[in-house]
This record gives sequence, C-alpha cells and structure tokens, in this order.
Amino acid sequence: MEQIFFFIFAILAVVSAMAVVSFKNPVHSVISLLVCFIQMAALFVLLRSPFLAAVQIFVYVGAVLVLFLFVIMMLDIRKASMDRFVPGGHFWPVAILVVLIIEMVLIVSKSKISSIVVSSPIRLDGSVKEVGEALFSKYILPFEVVSFILLVALLGAIVLGRKELR
Amino acid sequence: MVPLSWYIILSSILFVIGLGGVLLRRNILIVLMSVELILNSVNINMVAFSYFHQNLRGQIFSIFVIAIAAAEVAVALGILIALVRNKAAINVDDIQIMKG
Repeated sequence: MEQIFFFIFAILAVVSAMAVVSFKNPVHSVISLLVCFIQMAALFVLLRSPFLAAVQIFVYVGAVLVLFLFVIMMLDIRKASMDRFVPGGHFWPVAILVVLIIEMVLIVSKSKISSIVVSSPIRLDGSVKEVGEALFSKYILPFEVVSFILLVALLGAIVLGRKELR
Repeated sequence: MVPLSWYIILSSILFVIGLGGVLLRRNILIVLMSVELILNSVNINMVAFSYFHQNLRGQIFSIFVIAIAAAEVAVALGILIALVRNKAAINVDDIQIMKG
C-alpha cells in the first residue's frame, strides 16, 4: 500500500520537475514547482516526519513560490525573452544527463544501500515536540545562526529592492 | 515498506533534472527554480536517512536547508529586480556587468 503511494508521489514529482525545467512561461514553471513541492511534502509524511511536511508547505508553497510569482508579475515577462527548452536543440547535454540518471540508478540499486531496513526500535515520530526539543537544546547555536542569516537576508533584499539603487 | 534505495533514486533523478535546468536554461527565474529543486532533492535524501537510521539529525538539517533556501530566494529575487530595473536583463547570458 505504502509503495503504491510512493510511486504516485514519485512519478508526479518527477513529471512536474521535468515540467519546471521545460516550460517556456515562468508562471507555468512556478505552478508545476508547486505541484512538485506538495508531492515532496507528501513524501515527508510517508517518511514519518509530519512537522517537516508542514514546514515544507508553509515555507515553500506559502512563501517562496508566492515570492516567485510576485516577482514574475512585477517584472514584465512579455518584454523579456522567454527562451524555450528544446530537447532537439540541446541533444548532447540532455543525453549526458540521462546517462547520469541511469548511472546513479544503477549504482544505488547495485550497492548495499538497498538492503538497509529501519533500525529496530522505532523511536522517532517526527513530531513537533521532538524536533523542537532538539532545536532548542542541542542545536541552539545553529538555530540562532540561521535566524541571524534570515534577518540579514531580509535586510539585504530590502536594500536591493529599493528604487533609487544605482 | 518502501526501501531506502527508492528514495535515493528519486532524489538523484530530481537532482539531475534540477542540474539540467541550471545548466541548460537561460532564463534566470527558471535557473533559480531549478536550484530550489536541487535543494529539495537533497532534503528528501536527508529525511529518508533520518527515518531509516531513526536519528533526528537529518530532519533538523533539512529544516536548516529550508531556512537557508528561503533566505537565498529572497536575496536572489532582490538582485534580480535590481538587475531588471537597471539593465532589463533576464537572460543569464546578457549579465556581464561583473566581467573584468
């Protein structure tokens, strides 16, 4: 049952990721990126980390993609050139990437990784309590550093987006 | 029960698709979206290892990755808006201001 759901999510994610790369209009790319991120959140639920799935939905779908859409609407995309992704025009790079995918699939499926099972006592359920306790006790320094980085990024985005910037 | 290798294969496929987007597309918005795709594929890997080893570290790390990705998008879109205001360039080949 779980495998069927995994296949549904995985195939949707791969198809929408290909759509992100191959669409001509950036708005369509953002919409398919949204589909891809929702599939990834579903995969996180499948991996028993519901908190991370919620964070994925909130941060990516709620903030990052809205920011992308906002910027696309703000820029006049008709004026800018919309280049098309033509697989025929880029034959060799696409062939090399396909070979890379096949190589990775072969390496992973032949290695010992495929025999790893979940280590016996299942202690984690990925709940908010566990993640919060870890974040605020053991990982408090990285957490503070990340908050500082976010603050700096916010200020940088405001400074860069000002109108009178030369 | 989904084996660990399926998650790794999915994440490597998404990684290579994002890599193709970064390398082959010339529209800077789509390049940024492909970078997001790459970061997310790495997140899938880390959460999968975190579940299979029953260790919280992967989940914590992917929370940090999500936060850094949000910061990166904010700064990158700010740079993009400044670029388009001054140069009307949305194609990565047209951006040569930093060239010596």
